[in-house]
Amino acid sequence: MSALFELTSLKGSRARTPEEKAARRKEAGRDNLAGYLFLLPWLVGLVVITIGPLIASLYLSFTDYSLIQAPEWTGLENYVRMLEDPRLHNALRVTFIYVVVGTPLQLVVALGIALLLNEGMKGLAFYRSIFYLPSLLGGSVAIALLWRQLFGTDGLVNQLLRLLGVDATIGWVSDPSYALWTIILLHVWTFGSPMVIFLAGLRQIPAMYYEAAAVDGATRWSRFIRITLPLLSPIIFFNLVLQVIGAFQSFTQAFVVSNGTGGPSDSTMFYTLYLYDRGFGNFEMGYAAAMAWLLVVIVGALTAVNFLLSRFWVFYDD
Amino acid sequence: MTDLDTAALPATPARTEQPAPRSQQAVSSGGRIARSLLKHLMLILASIVMIYPLLWLLVSSFRPTEVIFRTPGLWLNELFVQNYSEGWFALGSPFHVYLFNSLVVTVGAVVGNLVSCSLAAYAFARLKFRLRTLWFAIMLVTIMLPIHVIVVPQYIIFNLLGWVNTIIPLVLPKFLATDAFFVFLMVQFIRGIPRELDEAARIDGCGHWQIFTRVMLPLMGPALATSAIFTIIWTWSDFFTPLIYLTDPTKYTVPLALRSFLDATSGSNWGAMFAMSIVTLVPMFLVFLFGQKFLIRGIATTGGK
Repeated sequence: MSALFELTSLKGSRARTPEEKAARRKEAGRDNLAGYLFLLPWLVGLVVITIGPLIASLYLSFTDYSLIQAPEWTGLENYVRMLEDPRLHNALRVTFIYVVVGTPLQLVVALGIALLLNEGMKGLAFYRSIFYLPSLLGGSVAIALLWRQLFGTDGLVNQLLRLLGVDATIGWVSDPSYALWTIILLHVWTFGSPMVIFLAGLRQIPAMYYEAAAVDGATRWSRFIRITLPLLSPIIFFNLVLQVIGAFQSFTQAFVVSNGTGGPSDSTMFYTLYLYDRGFGNFEMGYAAAMAWLLVVIVGALTAVNFLLSRFWVFYDD
Repeated sequence: MTDLDTAALPATPARTEQPAPRSQQAVSSGGRIARSLLKHLMLILASIVMIYPLLWLLVSSFRPTEVIFRTPGLWLNELFVQNYSEGWFALGSPFHVYLFNSLVVTVGAVVGNLVSCSLAAYAFARLKFRLRTLWFAIMLVTIMLPIHVIVVPQYIIFNLLGWVNTIIPLVLPKFLATDAFFVFLMVQFIRGIPRELDEAARIDGCGHWQIFTRVMLPLMGPALATSAIFTIIWTWSDFFTPLIYLTDPTKYTVPLALRSFLDATSGSNWGAMFAMSIVTLVPMFLVFLFGQKFLIRGIATTGGK
C-alpha cells in the first residue's frame, strides 16, 4: 500500500520490563555501523538536498534576495505582501478550481472504468493498457503541445465540432473563460494511474461478500453501495490525498499550454507558475521562498482536512 | 410458464421449486450477454476517446501543417516526411543533440536511483540501527514534500558551486536517493523476500555487503526494473528541473527543446513540432510497451507513491 498508509500506521511496540528494554536496546543497535553506512547516500541527500534547503528557504522567506546582493532581512514583509498581492490570490483561486474540480472528476472516471474492467472480462489487459498509456505520457511537453493544438481555434476539437454542424470558432486555449478547463480535461485524461490502483484494490475484496449478498437478493446497486464502496474507501481516500497533493503542484501542462505566461489574462496562472515567475523570472528569491512555504502549509492543511473528514466516510475492515 | 415469466414475478416461484434455479440461470445468462455487449461498447467508445488524440498526433506528424488544420480524420494520402527533416534542424542545434543530452541525464538518473535507493532500502528493510523508525518516517514524509519548497535554495547552492548550466543538478541528487519513492518501493519488495535467505548467508559468514550484493540484489530484479522504468519515464519527460538549471540551448534536454519550438517558429510550424513530439514520445512508448508489467505492478503494490 501507499507510503501515506505506511506513515499513518507506523508505531513502535513498547517494551515492558527493564530487562526487555535493555535487550531491545541492544537489539536495536545490532547493525548500527552497517546500517548507517548503507544509509549514508540517503542521509547526505537528506541533509544537503532536502532539509538544508528546507531550512534555508524558511530563512530566505524573511529576506529580500535577488541573487546579486546578500539576502537582506525584512521580517514579515514577504508574508504581508502575499496578503496584498492580487496575482497571488488569483493563482490560488485558479489552482483551487483545478484541484477541487479536476481531482474528484479524475477519480470518479478512474473508479468507473475500474469497476467496468473488474468483472473478469475478456480483453482486460488490452483496455487497461489503452487507459493507462495517457497517464504515462500526459506529463510530457509533447502532450501539452498537442493540447495547445487540439483546443486551438482551428484545432482538432473545433474541426470535429464543425463536422457535427456546430459553428465552432472559439479558441479554447486562448479564451480566459475556457483555458483552465482544457487543462482540467488534460488532467482527467490521465486517470490511468489511479485506475490501476483501484483495480488492485477491487481485487482485494473477497468474492464471498458478493456471493452472500447475492444469496440475500441484494441488487447490483446495493452491492456497490454496501460492499464495494466501504471496502474500497481506504483506497479512494489515499488516492484522493495523493492526487490533491500532486495536483496542487502541477506545473508543466499549464506552463506549456500557456507558453509560460499563465495566460490568457492569468487564467491558467497556477500557483507553481507564479512561484516560478517570481523566483526565476524576476529573481525575487525571498518572495518565492515565502510562497513555497505557503504552498507547504496549504498542502499540509488540505491533507489534514482530508484525514479529519476521512473519519466520516473511510471504513477500515479490521 | 416460461422462464421469463418467473423472472418477472419473483414472488411466485415458491411453489414450483424445481424450475426456479434453472430459470434464474437462463435469464441471467441472456442478461449477461447483453450486459457484456453494452460494457464492451462503452469501453471501446472510451478507448477511442482516450487514444484518438495520440493516433491523430502520429498521423498528423506526416501531414503538411495546412492539412493538419483541416483534417480531423486519420486517413493519410501521402507521407509528408519533410516534417521530420525540417523539425530535426529547426532549432539552434540538430535534434539528436537534445536526444543525446536527455539520454545522458536519463542514464545518470537510472544508475543513481538504482544504486542509492537499493542501499537505503536494504538498511531500512533488514538492518537494525538506532533511530531507524525516525529516519524511516522522515523518508516517507519526503516522498510527499512539495519540491518547490526546496528548489529556490537548491538553485542558490548549485549556482554558488558554479553547477548551473551543467547536468550535475539533474543527476547528482539521484545518487543521494532523493527520489525516496523508490526507496519505499524497494523496502516493500525486500520485505517480501524470506528472511531465511539472508540469515542462512549470515550463518555462512557473509557480511552485510555480501548479503546485499549476492543475495538481495539478484532477488530484487523486479523492484529494480520497476524503479528503472519509472525513472526513465519521469526523467525523460521532466520539464521543471531542466527549465530551472539549463539555460544554454545546446545543453537542453528534449522537453526544453520541444518547448522552444513555440518561440523558434513562433508556434506556427505545427508539422515539424508534431514530428519532433513523436520522436520524443517513441522512446517512452517503447518503455511502456516492454515495461508495462512492471509499471502496473509497481503502482498497484505501492499505491503510486
